Amino acid sequence: MTSVAVGDETAMRRIGVTVNGTLQAGEVSVRLTLADFLRQDLKLTGTHLGCEHGVCGACTILLDGRAVRACLLLAVQVDGHSVTTVEGLAPSATVLHPLQEAFCAHHGLQCGFCTPGMLTTLVEFLKDCPDPSAEEVRVAISGNICRCTGYDSIVEATLSAAANMRDGS
Amino acid sequence: MKPAAFEYHMPRTVEEAVAILARVAPLDGRVLAGGQTLVPAMALRLARPSHLVDINRVAGFDRLDVRDGMLEIGPCVRHAALDRSAAPGPLGRLLGLVQPHIAHHPIRTRGTFCGSLANADAASEWCLTAVALDARIEARSGRGTRSIPADAFLLGYMTTSLEPDELLVRARLPLLPDDARVGFYEYARRAGDFAQVMALVTYAVRGGVVAAPRIALGGLESRPRRMAGAEAAIVGRVPDALAFRSAADAAADALGPTEDPDYARTLATTAVLRALAAAA
Ligand SMILES: Cc1cc2nc3c(=O)[nH]c(=O)nc-3n(C[C@H](O)[C@H](O)[C@H](O)COP(=O)(O)OP(=O)(O)OC[C@H]3O[C@@H](n4cnc5c(N)ncnc54)[C@H](O)[C@@H]3O)c2cc1C
Ligand code: FES
Ligand code: FES
Repeated sequence: MTSVAVGDETAMRRIGVTVNGTLQAGEVSVRLTLADFLRQDLKLTGTHLGCEHGVCGACTILLDGRAVRACLLLAVQVDGHSVTTVEGLAPSATVLHPLQEAFCAHHGLQCGFCTPGMLTTLVEFLKDCPDPSAEEVRVAISGNICRCTGYDSIVEATLSAAANMRDGS
Repeated sequence: MKPAAFEYHMPRTVEEAVAILARVAPLDGRVLAGGQTLVPAMALRLARPSHLVDINRVAGFDRLDVRDGMLEIGPCVRHAALDRSAAPGPLGRLLGLVQPHIAHHPIRTRGTFCGSLANADAASEWCLTAVALDARIEARSGRGTRSIPADAFLLGYMTTSLEPDELLVRARLPLLPDDARVGFYEYARRAGDFAQVMALVTYAVRGGVVAAPRIALGGLESRPRRMAGAEAAIVGRVPDALAFRSAADAAADALGPTEDPDYARTLATTAVLRALAAAA
């Protein structure tokens, strides 16, 4: 086995990635995960890290609009792509996304650890499935672990948000 | 930093990918496809590859085509793309039944069909599908391209006949005849977990009796496989509860040694019965 020279030019790469609508350029170590790039380099700490091996769903973000695990992607892999984190969901600093509104109104969170992953997962899900059943919502969040709410209030919040979004409010 | 240090390669063409892999394979270089198995293994440092050959930007690797009666699946085709619309007729229906059982949606948007085959988990839904339908698997290296039947490709627990310097460049699944019925059943402890057991069946009914049955079982042994005894037990018979029962018993009889034989037997018979019933 040959050892890898850390710090040689193959260990660092320049990347440019659009995060929540803004182009972010930087030099990253090739072994930096996307989750750590977001949290440590960009200080976007809304993306949470629970298990760091794909199981808990807390780190879920949208890559080109599709839900993915940020802990299972390397930052170099998203060069040239577009990422949306929980910080990018609200349309403005004073207006929340309808899903965020509904999570507030229906007690869809307690400690909030799972919430960023729930929201990103559900934003994509409601685009594909604007009028889901409660059962479909449960399947959609089956890969997001919440230790606080017991899920019922999250399902209620999602159904309420879906109804509001269909009404265009 | 979760993973140990490695050198990262991002080839743009298949020739470049094969050439890099040839060079780094002897140094424990690995292919990175969806990363939904390899990256967690690296985070836990169960895997410490010295080189990663990321194939996600190789031109054409995301191709999914139907050609000459086969569904051709490129190495960057994600699980999520293999739904009912991926193939015409019963094969599309079957993919639509199987795919939702793999992990969770945000993992299916990245993980790949070919990566699942290369990884050869005993409880992989796509490995079961590949052996059940006699998929062909194409491996490319500096020595050329060879086509391997699924049953000869999957050797045992996380073991394939792929050489370290071979890139899996395509999997081909035969389309099913229009009269094929399809059924899939899986039992897992929690949604998205790997299966304890899974059964995939397809057969036609011609002249009132079962024709061309395929019955495959996965999750209980070191690799999924077709159950020849179960297929023999049902072919030419009226597809009724009695025939289904003999197929399920034959499948259970053929199981190799397992940790808890009684439980394995119950799982096997139940899975085969439910898959057959779902197809009826
Ligand atoms: C929480 C969780 C739950 C999961 N549940 C399931 C489940 O229920 N069922 C299931 O089947 N899977 C499950 N998986 C695994 C998932 O399906 C993976 O996507 C799959 O096993 C590997 O595909 P990949 O593209 O992600 O491969 P990678 O992780 O990129 O690679 C896996 C291995 O295959 C090799 N490899 C990949 N592609 C090639 C190629 N083209 N040529 C040569 N070698 C290659 C790699 O070098 C590596 O050794 C789960 C994963 C997670 C994180
Ligand atoms: S931190 Fe990524 S899934 Fe748990
Ligand atoms: S609100 Fe605490 S984990 Fe979900």
